[in-house]
Amino acid sequence: MAPPAEVLAVRGLSKTFPGVRALDDVDLTLHAGEVHALIGENGAGKSTLIKLLTGVYRPDAGDIVFQGRPVSFATPLEAQKAGISTIYQEVNLIPLLSVARNLFLGREPRNRFGLLDFARMNREAEETLRGYGVRVDVRRPLRSLGVGAQQMVALARAVASEARIVIMDEPTSSLEPREVETLFSVIRRLRDEGIAVVYVSHRLDELYAVCDTVTVLRDGRRVHHGRLADLDRLSLVSTMLGRELGEVRSEGLTKFTGDHHATDSRPVLEATDLTVPHQLHGVSVSIRPGEVVGLGGLLGSGRTETAKAISGALPTSSGRVTVAGVPLRGGSTPAAIRAGVSLLPEDRKSEGIVPGLSVRENISLAVLPRLSRFGLVSEARVDSIVNTFIERLRIKASSPQQKVGELSGGNQQKVLLARWLAMNPKVLLLDEPTRGIDVGAKAEVQKLVDELAADGLGVLLISSDLEELIEGSDRVVVLKDGAVVGELTGDEVTEDKLMRTIAGDTPERDAVGEAATDG
Amino acid sequence: MTVTKTQAPAVVDDGTRAAGDGPVGSARSERLSALVQQHGALAVLVIVSLVATFSFDSFATGDNVSNMATSSAFLAIVALGMTFVIITGGIDLSVGSLFALGGVLAAWGSRHGTLVALLLPLVVCGAIGVVNGLLVARSRLAPFIVTLAAMLGARGLMLAITDEGADTYLIGKGSFLAELGQGSTLGLGNPVWIMLALFVAGAVVLRRTRFGQHVYAVGGNEDAAALMGAPVARTKILVYTLSGVLAGLAGALNAAWLASGVTILGNGMELEAISAVVIGGTLLTGGLGYVSGSLVGVLLLKVIQNVINQIGSLDSSYQQVVSGAFLAVVVVAQTWLGRRRQLM
Repeated sequence: MAPPAEVLAVRGLSKTFPGVRALDDVDLTLHAGEVHALIGENGAGKSTLIKLLTGVYRPDAGDIVFQGRPVSFATPLEAQKAGISTIYQEVNLIPLLSVARNLFLGREPRNRFGLLDFARMNREAEETLRGYGVRVDVRRPLRSLGVGAQQMVALARAVASEARIVIMDEPTSSLEPREVETLFSVIRRLRDEGIAVVYVSHRLDELYAVCDTVTVLRDGRRVHHGRLADLDRLSLVSTMLGRELGEVRSEGLTKFTGDHHATDSRPVLEATDLTVPHQLHGVSVSIRPGEVVGLGGLLGSGRTETAKAISGALPTSSGRVTVAGVPLRGGSTPAAIRAGVSLLPEDRKSEGIVPGLSVRENISLAVLPRLSRFGLVSEARVDSIVNTFIERLRIKASSPQQKVGELSGGNQQKVLLARWLAMNPKVLLLDEPTRGIDVGAKAEVQKLVDELAADGLGVLLISSDLEELIEGSDRVVVLKDGAVVGELTGDEVTEDKLMRTIAGDTPERDAVGEAATDG
Repeated sequence: MTVTKTQAPAVVDDGTRAAGDGPVGSARSERLSALVQQHGALAVLVIVSLVATFSFDSFATGDNVSNMATSSAFLAIVALGMTFVIITGGIDLSVGSLFALGGVLAAWGSRHGTLVALLLPLVVCGAIGVVNGLLVARSRLAPFIVTLAAMLGARGLMLAITDEGADTYLIGKGSFLAELGQGSTLGLGNPVWIMLALFVAGAVVLRRTRFGQHVYAVGGNEDAAALMGAPVARTKILVYTLSGVLAGLAGALNAAWLASGVTILGNGMELEAISAVVIGGTLLTGGLGYVSGSLVGVLLLKVIQNVINQIGSLDSSYQQVVSGAFLAVVVVAQTWLGRRRQLM
């Protein structure tokens, strides 16, 4: 039997954005009927690669050969017409239009007067969708369908447009386990029909269930490619994170000193059984004063969601948070802040700083209500607080009046930290506090976290930087697919243990993990 | 498209669980909300008309109904174009000025023959619509700003033609144009028949052509529509052009009806048209709407005005107070229904 035809050959693809080499000399080959896993951590270059393939970006260098011909797509539409369809994480359809119209938009059947033939359209839509396990009234608006069914409609639409390659960007992030099964059977059918599938996901179980081959990207480069079956889970995770197995733990790479120890007291924060549909399945975390608890896991494992659920920014369907023994009203950020829980969000730009305001205004933003009497703010008290924190956190600004947007990433992060510290919190939730800031600033932020814990604050630290997580935390709670799969304490907090727990094939997987994993 | 059904995958839930609660109840209330949103205005129109018929002897008379129909026709034609614009998620504030400009151009052009009198307003107002569309679609400016500029510009142009309103152009009696505006067929004024024909055509275009699908798609989710291959820019340019042409036509017919191009007309008409469209069940945020609803909205506004006139003791200034209050109630109800449908 002849080997299946090569559908796509990408050679030496590179793309640079100002200051970042997003993709560096990457190759990728796809054959007909191949299901190819594309994996890598945040910033590894996955989405850049997908956007280059689908005409959203133009490559700086390299060739894309599609079905034997070099191509250069100017728009996603061109790529789609040529036969490369993409299904995005967020369903990209039109919620108010009917299911059938969404499926047929742009290629509606018409009668001999040139008018749309709805009877035929609805009949064909129903038939098509039945093949995807979706039985619905296709005349109803798409919005009335569940996310899983919407995803299937998007898939049906992508395939119906005679796609040769279907790219799926985290298609299961909002699906129920049952819907994931349906998706898999559709993917297998696509494979049997000779369509190549690029599958992006962080859920290892899924990758091993459905993918034949794999490409691992890290820092914009391809670091591994080959058959997925030849790579066990642990090697996959270590390749992805860039850590050799059994690599000696290098000392002194972070500025954490470990000079803080949890006082023997009761937990200052206890989160029990936090559940958010599709995202968290009964996560429990507790933090004692003076303790840094790390939250480990791959992208999409529920780390950010856990922090948000604790701080009230993400409504939970069940679960409880108590601060110093007092239950917190769920789903309310102000209540959490009043109780002393502050979240430093992952995305500084969109969820944290106000770039147009000054350093002074950014720092005093949250604390203002506390400094005002009868609605009037005491300028002197604001000044004193702002100056204290500029000094204590070593914020480098020309003056308190400088706009925060003009500061470096590290200093922006410190301003945010100052904003929450001014509130005198009991617990700090830090989501990727050192991402995207330079080495020097990173070390300073790490040192600050240490100092704050030494002062008796409870800290929850989320970081994709393994060293930071291991050296900074007293304890690491490991998440996978929205559930706690393990907890490392004391001497167990090592890279090797952490990676094994993340990969989910540790022999010493404990009872917590057994109980918490779903399906 | 080949779909082999060798493997029967598990059936995906039909999705009513979106909000995670009672699927049967939410589906029913969704349908009920949709029904109220689409036909609520019609029900109110029927009720108000019935009450008026029994309260005022002069309401349901042939003359009064025919007058109401004719005066509704001009606003309805404007609202038809506005419906398309609003469904794409846009807004057209220039239609009031274009209505006045269209009337003046028709009256001015009538000296050069009926063809010029009819074509001139359509071409000029259509061209301004094209410019609106180009600016909105290509330069990605906010429709509200673009059409506000066109509103000021068009009114300025009209004042220039009429020498600051000092010159009034008349339409000669007995001309074809005058007949079009003033004559009647089967008891209804010609403008009413023209308006009805336009609404039938508009409904067919919106519901049964690809262009119509694109109008809904662009308003429903512009980014998704672009990714799905809908010509977003072309669709937007077309709806603003359509809106301009229809406003010009309405102005021309109105001038024919009045036998002159009156410069002070059309002030605030854009707001009346928007009100009518929204009352008729079209979402101001786009993506959902009905041509028939806009007609009902116009009739409802006119009937209410007429009722206030019938009361007589009420100062006609209160018409606007009542219309404004009514619109506020409708928008609140619309938002509430929309949110209810979105969430459930």
